[in-house]
This record gives sequence, structure tokens and C-alpha cells, in this order.
Amino acid sequence: MMGQFGDLRELYQEVIFDHNRRPRNFHALEEATHRADGHNPLCGDQLTVYARVTDNVVDEVSFIGHGCAISTASASLMTEAVKGMPVGEVENLFRDMHAMLTDSHPDRDLGKLEVLSGVREFPARVKCATLAWHTLHNAITQARETAKTE
Amino acid sequence: MNRAADFPILNREVHGRRLVYLDNGATTQKPLAVIEAEAGYYRESNANIHRGVHWLSQHSTDLYDRSRERVRSFLNARHVEEIVFTRGTTEAINLVAASWGRNTLKKGDEILLSGLEHHSNIVPWQMVAEQTGAVIRVIPVTDSGELDMQAYAGLLNEHTRFVGVCHVSNALGTVNPVADIVRMAHEVGAVVLVDGAQAVAHQVVDVQALGCDFYAFSGHKLYGPTGIGALYGRKALLDAMPPWQGGGDMIHTVSFERSTYAETPQKFEAGTPNIAGAVGLDAAIAYVQEVGLEGIAAHEHALVKYASESLAGIPGLRFIGQARERAGIVSFVVDGIHPHDLGTILDMEGVAIRAGHHCAMPLMTRFGLPGTARASFALYNKLEDVDTLVAGLHKARRLFGMEQSA
Repeated sequence: MMGQFGDLRELYQEVIFDHNRRPRNFHALEEATHRADGHNPLCGDQLTVYARVTDNVVDEVSFIGHGCAISTASASLMTEAVKGMPVGEVENLFRDMHAMLTDSHPDRDLGKLEVLSGVREFPARVKCATLAWHTLHNAITQARETAKTE
Repeated sequence: MNRAADFPILNREVHGRRLVYLDNGATTQKPLAVIEAEAGYYRESNANIHRGVHWLSQHSTDLYDRSRERVRSFLNARHVEEIVFTRGTTEAINLVAASWGRNTLKKGDEILLSGLEHHSNIVPWQMVAEQTGAVIRVIPVTDSGELDMQAYAGLLNEHTRFVGVCHVSNALGTVNPVADIVRMAHEVGAVVLVDGAQAVAHQVVDVQALGCDFYAFSGHKLYGPTGIGALYGRKALLDAMPPWQGGGDMIHTVSFERSTYAETPQKFEAGTPNIAGAVGLDAAIAYVQEVGLEGIAAHEHALVKYASESLAGIPGLRFIGQARERAGIVSFVVDGIHPHDLGTILDMEGVAIRAGHHCAMPLMTRFGLPGTARASFALYNKLEDVDTLVAGLHKARRLFGMEQSA
């Protein structure tokens, strides 16, 4: 299978298909304390990220919306990764993810989120992967505007 | 038709594969004749126009004028003064909106736009509507992607001052019955602008036969350079319209008290124009005329037919837009695979398509879709290109676990 799809396997790893088919935490969150909308006007990807922050910890996080496999999987993986994380750590992770997706790999291993690192080789798709992260960043920093990756 | 050899870029590879360029609705590739014409202009003929003391300036002016005459004959306009050079379709529509619209429309007037329009024939009118108090109304689109002509008839009334419609839909390929649309609009005294961006490369256009008041197109979708296009406007209308940009070349006399303006079309062409672009456009139209638009239309019709039949064999593929008359475009979605993912996977096969909303977000909303995948054809495409597209779509389905390897 690897040979048949070549470089595409770097982008579309099995974990990504799994999260695209069955996105985790894919629902609205009534008890959210923070929420933000994200939109990529170029491709029409649209999502809303919800977070409940208690004692400076993101103890619940979810999302709804629609997008391509990369943006959906990235959002789903993100909700798994940040649930239970202090807000400051989420912000650090946002920075490291952003670096991994756009520029250079951060010093630390990002665990399961590493499956998204292949995006860097597909410049047209970087914004798909960063959308959810920008939106979460906006939500928890209380920025009011819709996050845009265009 | 086998003219691919005229297009040098088609020899290049993308991701190690032969380039299969199916994004002609976005822009077409350029034949060597056009590339050489533009380069040759800079090599041999460059000077500013209408500064005619020296020979080279007169020569450059002649080339620019020759291009305008070529556009006139291409559209079968009555007078060469009816052709205004612009940066493209978008600027042509903005010219009409800013000059004619802003000075003509009043509160309560109705602007009627088709639901198939590209953003470039929506947003300029929204801006004018905001400034004038005119109201925008929309001609609905049927499930097959055609304009609802009965609804159109019902929308026309004594308040309708303007109708804006594309000749061919850029998202679906629908060919609109423009002559009928114009005739009905004229019955209520409305002015009609036709966005011809997706039409001119695919069929013969005769503005007198269509009867329209304005017709806009871009050179770069017609095998010509980017940054050059034209607006056709009926002379009486253009003569009555004020300039929209001021500067050099559009004036008759200037003093600090008062300036007088040049005649149509110069009064709409402020500043040094895209002369090299006009020269390239001249070469592009000459090329298309040499190949023959009837032959191009027949070739593309065959490609669309073959693509429709071949794509229909892909499980979960649904066509968006099944108009009876279509030109050069097949728009579709595949169950379970977002158009953007299709675009990336096809790109790795060397196949360039457009994935997204095609700058027609209201139309996508009408179909309840964030976007579609669009294959759009040109005279250099081959049946084999369609086969590569189909093979790429099967590969996408295999990658997404929807199909087993053959």
C-alpha cells in the first residue's frame, strides 16, 4: 500500500482517516465558557470550537463544523490532546503545533499530533491543519473575531 | 484537434507526472504565439502610446489600436469605440458599476443578478446598492443548475434598471439563454451586462446578436496574458457615462480650474495601459480564430461528454449542474471525500483541478455544499486527460478506504 500512494501517505496517515471518519468530541458544548468560530474562506472550511475552562484548566473541549479530512482530523486530534490541560500549556502547544505545521519541528515530541507533520510538505494544505488551532487559541484568549487562516 | 504542441508549459512535469491541466476555468495556458508576441513587443516595439512625436510611440500606438480592432471584430461590435480595455472582467464590471451604476441608480431601483454569478458580478453591485439605495434581487437557480426563466420573468418590473448575468457559469458550466434574457430585460427598459469570462474561449460571441448593453471578458481565460481584458459597451451608453478614474490619457485638456475629457473609449482608460497585454491579447484572439472557435467548441463538447460518461462510473460521484446546455466544465462531488482532499490527491497525479467554492459562494449555498471539484477544459485537452482524472479519483477512493486495489 505504501508504494501505491507514495508521498500522499505522509499527509494522509491512517490516524487522520480514523479521526476524519469518526471525529472525537464532535458536538456543541452547552456549558462552554469559551467559544470561537473559525473559517477558511478559500476552501469553505467552517468550524466552531467550544471550551470549558475551570480553574485555568481546559477541562472540556469540543467542536462542530465541516471541512476536509485534514481540518477535521486536526480539530479532532486537538480536542483529545488539550482536554485537561492548563490554559498556559495549551498556548505552548498551539505555538509548537504552529511551528511543526508551518516552519520547523519544535524541540519536543508532540506525540500523536505528529501524524499531522506531513502537512508541511503540502503548502496548500497547511491552513486546513492550523484552522482548529487558531480557533481554539482565539476562544481561550477571548478574541471575538472569527479566526481565519486566509 | 491536436494543438497541445503549441503550449510549451504542457511539456512540463508536476510531481514527476505529465501535467494534466484541467483548471482552464481559472486561467488557460498560453500558446507560444502569445508568449512571443508579448516578449516581442518589449524586444522590438516598446514605447508609450499616444505620445506620438517619435516613430516608436506611433508604432506602439498602432499595435494597441490593432488589438482594439481585433477585439471589436471578435465580439462583432459595431464600432471600435465600443471596446474599452480593462485589467479583466472584474475591472470591466467595476467600471460599469462605478460609472453607469453610481450615476444612474436611485433609491428603490432594482438590480437583478442571476444566482449563478461569480463574486465579481455581485460585490460591485452590492457596493453600488449601498451607495445609491438600489435593491438587489436574485434570479433563482433550478436543481439542474439553470436559471429559472419563469421566475426571471416574474422578477422583471418597472423598477428593474439593471440585469447582470453570466454567459456561462464558471462553477457549473451552464450556458444561459442570454439573448432571451436581454430581450425580456429591454422590454422593461433595463440595461443588461453579460459576464463573458467563461464564454469567449468556448463559443462564438456576437454582441449584436445577443443585444446586450455591456459584455465583459478577460484575456487570460482566452489563452492571452493576465492583466488585460475588455468591456464592450453600446456607444450611446458609454458616451453618456462619466469617467471613473482620472489621470493621463483620459483627458482632452487640463487646467487647475477644469479638465475636459477625452472621447469614448479613451476617457475610461486613465494612465498608461497594459500595452504589452493588449498585444498579447491580439495574438491570443488571432490564435483562437486560426484554430477556429467552432472546432474548439465541438472538441470541448466531446471532452465534457466523455468526462460525464467516465465520471458517472465512479461510485458516490454526483454531478452538480446538469444544465441542458453546458460549456467546458464538469463540476462534481464525491461522497465522503472533501473537494480539497480530491484536489491534493489529483495534484500528486499531475492533474490540476479547482476545488472549492469557485468564487460563487451564494451558488454553493444554493446547493448546500461548501464547494465542488471542477474539471474545466480547453482546446489542448485530450480524452486521455479525462482517463487520468478518472484514475486519480479511483486512487482517492482507495486511499480513503472506499475501494479495494484493482
